Amino acid sequence: MKFGIVVFPGSNCDEDCLHVAKDLLGCEADYVWHHERDLKGADAVILPGGFAYGDYLRAGALARFSPVMESVAEFAKKGGPVLGICNGFQVLLEAGLLPGAMQINRGLRYVCRDVHMKVENDATPFTSLYPKGSVVTMPIGHMEGNYTAPPDVLDALEAEGRVVFRYCETDGRITDAANPNGAARGIAGICNREGNVVGLMPHPDRCSEALLGNDSGLKMFESAVAALSTTR
Amino acid sequence: MKVEVRVYPKEGVLDPQGKAIAAALGRLGHGAVRDVRAGKVFFIDVAGADARAAEADAKRMAEELLANTVIEGYDVRVVS
Repeated sequence: MKFGIVVFPGSNCDEDCLHVAKDLLGCEADYVWHHERDLKGADAVILPGGFAYGDYLRAGALARFSPVMESVAEFAKKGGPVLGICNGFQVLLEAGLLPGAMQINRGLRYVCRDVHMKVENDATPFTSLYPKGSVVTMPIGHMEGNYTAPPDVLDALEAEGRVVFRYCETDGRITDAANPNGAARGIAGICNREGNVVGLMPHPDRCSEALLGNDSGLKMFESAVAALSTTR
Repeated sequence: MKVEVRVYPKEGVLDPQGKAIAAALGRLGHGAVRDVRAGKVFFIDVAGADARAAEADAKRMAEELLANTVIEGYDVRVVS
């Protein structure tokens, strides 16, 4: 089991992801520089957080033209698991691998704090180890996490069970107060129709070991390991 | 040729930046301001002398990169 972690100029959570995969899970893991087209035999690909290309123009807008993104798109099309975290999620949106777009947070500020999310889809390769309906707490740190899409797209996402995580209160209630950025319908994470491409704004990579005070993110990576070991 | 591409939030799409600017203008005494939408302008220098080709080119640039058409509209103007 090998993780490929894509590194754009400006990525800054690549080392966190590598640490989780390698040191905490004992998996193979390697960086894939944005100019490369070879995913180095990765079984799962992670687009990490950060500020790819300085977020110039729009977050994720320029990263999508990186040579590596062609390989990632091809990998995703073949059913390979792809996880976009924060800026990585923004890149997936701009690349059209997931629907919708990000706007600036409704409070117009960068928000850096813990949020609670309800797991609404436990069938993706990154969420299978979370009980459906459970509440997980993860940190966010972003300026553009105000997810939006045309109403028909939002309806389809909900009807098809493609809302993976939704911001909620600690007891699981979906409220506007629990929504840190104004995201449409409280959406924190979504997946593609096939379920193999997942993007979310919160950072599982920043809460994957007890030493950090929270290890609730580790299951996302463990889910991928479990998913891939059962398909082989 | 000089081409201008304006990119702005679509009507109906939340524009917190524009809202904040509208509120600030109100506080400055511009009481007549009803709404502001904030966008970007790209001043593009294109080789060639065919205005129609330059305009068509700039439209493609807007579709492919300059605007995120999920949330943004755009218009193109050949300046000179």
